[in-house]
Amino acid sequence: MIDLSGFGNQLLLGAAVTVELALASLAVGLVLGLLGASAKLSSVKTLQWIANGYTTIIRGIPELLTVLIIYFGATTVLMAVAGLFGYEDYIEIGPFAAGVTALGLTFGAYATEVFRGALQSIPKGQNEAAVALGMGRVRTFYRIILPQVWRMALPGLGNLFLVLLKDTALVSVVGLDDIMRKANIAVSSTKEPFLFYSAAAVLYLGLTIISMGVVYFLEKRANRGIKRA
Amino acid sequence: MDFSVIVEYFPRLMQGTWVSLQLIFLSVVLGGIFALPIALARISKNPLISGLPFAYIFFFRGTPLLVQIFLVYYGASQFEVVRESFLWPILREPFWCAIIAFTLNTSAYTAEIFRGAIQAIPVGEVEACKVVGMTKVQMYRRILLPRAFGIVLPAYGNEIILMLKGSALASTITILDLTGMARTIIARTYTPIEIFLAAGAIYLVISMVVIAIFKQVEKRQNRYLGPNPVKLPDDV
Repeated sequence: MIDLSGFGNQLLLGAAVTVELALASLAVGLVLGLLGASAKLSSVKTLQWIANGYTTIIRGIPELLTVLIIYFGATTVLMAVAGLFGYEDYIEIGPFAAGVTALGLTFGAYATEVFRGALQSIPKGQNEAAVALGMGRVRTFYRIILPQVWRMALPGLGNLFLVLLKDTALVSVVGLDDIMRKANIAVSSTKEPFLFYSAAAVLYLGLTIISMGVVYFLEKRANRGIKRA
Repeated sequence: MDFSVIVEYFPRLMQGTWVSLQLIFLSVVLGGIFALPIALARISKNPLISGLPFAYIFFFRGTPLLVQIFLVYYGASQFEVVRESFLWPILREPFWCAIIAFTLNTSAYTAEIFRGAIQAIPVGEVEACKVVGMTKVQMYRRILLPRAFGIVLPAYGNEIILMLKGSALASTITILDLTGMARTIIARTYTPIEIFLAAGAIYLVISMVVIAIFKQVEKRQNRYLGPNPVKLPDDV
């Protein structure tokens, strides 16, 4: 392993934080995406409006701005809410929590569209067959709909995860100790920006390649019931 | 919440918006110009020709834009050669560094879009052109390029929106674009929610305008498809 003036270790620690942030945001985003897609397809107009507003706003403003709004704005909002309950101390949310919230919201908005497309692509007969067999709505969803949605949505979700992985770099702007910030620290002490930002780029490329591999195997597994022409 | 700060600082936000628009326009135009040769080289069956564009596209799509901007802005200055070259007056300006990084980034994404569009044209159309005796130039001008243009439009519109959102990263290298301006204002007024929301609203308006423009162009470009694909001629 290259030593990088002793900062190699630090960069790897940063990579661990980057991965944690990406996975945590993925979990939040998947839940938001499924909720968003269900809301968009629901027959309740209010739910449709909320989901449409959510995806339009989040997809129309820069991710960096979302991160900044959550990081700086959440403090103000939380303190205002806490103030209503008579809590006057200073509340601060950390960069990790802000990052997970912002990136989860972003991923969720894009995933909403992916899940909506996948849900719509499932033939009505599947649902009817499940009802005919006497399955309830929840059971139909878990046993029949979700496994098929997963298969349809995987390629889209895989792309979104690659985008999410790169967006994690933005959270370094509010002080999360990820790859990017570790590289910044190394640069300010060694004055070798090209070396350390290249090293960061290589780490991100490595994470991208690993994610692509994982998505490939997940897709293969999800498609195991389908015959390829 | 005190929304009067938005009114007070609105002219400043507009200044930032203007910088953002310049960044987006220049990098999208330059990126589009570079993307076509990259896409054509990437399509080549000769691995010596397609290898370099492949690596280029893989690097710029596989690493965060933030890393790319820092590599250009901070990274280039590490080398004495660069600092003494004729390029230095450009490379020490954050604005041009942002343009360089954005152009390289968007040209990689756009090249992939172009590649997809060119490869999506059915072989039969090329054959049909040859059958009616068109020259290669005629074929490209009349059939292939307009066709590819129509196919490329929706994805290209998305890419411009992505560039619009990526342009916010210019604020990390001291540029006073819309996000940068918002952060400076907030440093003075300490009203993060109001000013950031105003900036977000401006971004939203810009992306809606871009989307609306592309819808119109798309409609015009794909007008031969018609509202109803099967149409009988009136004068039969």
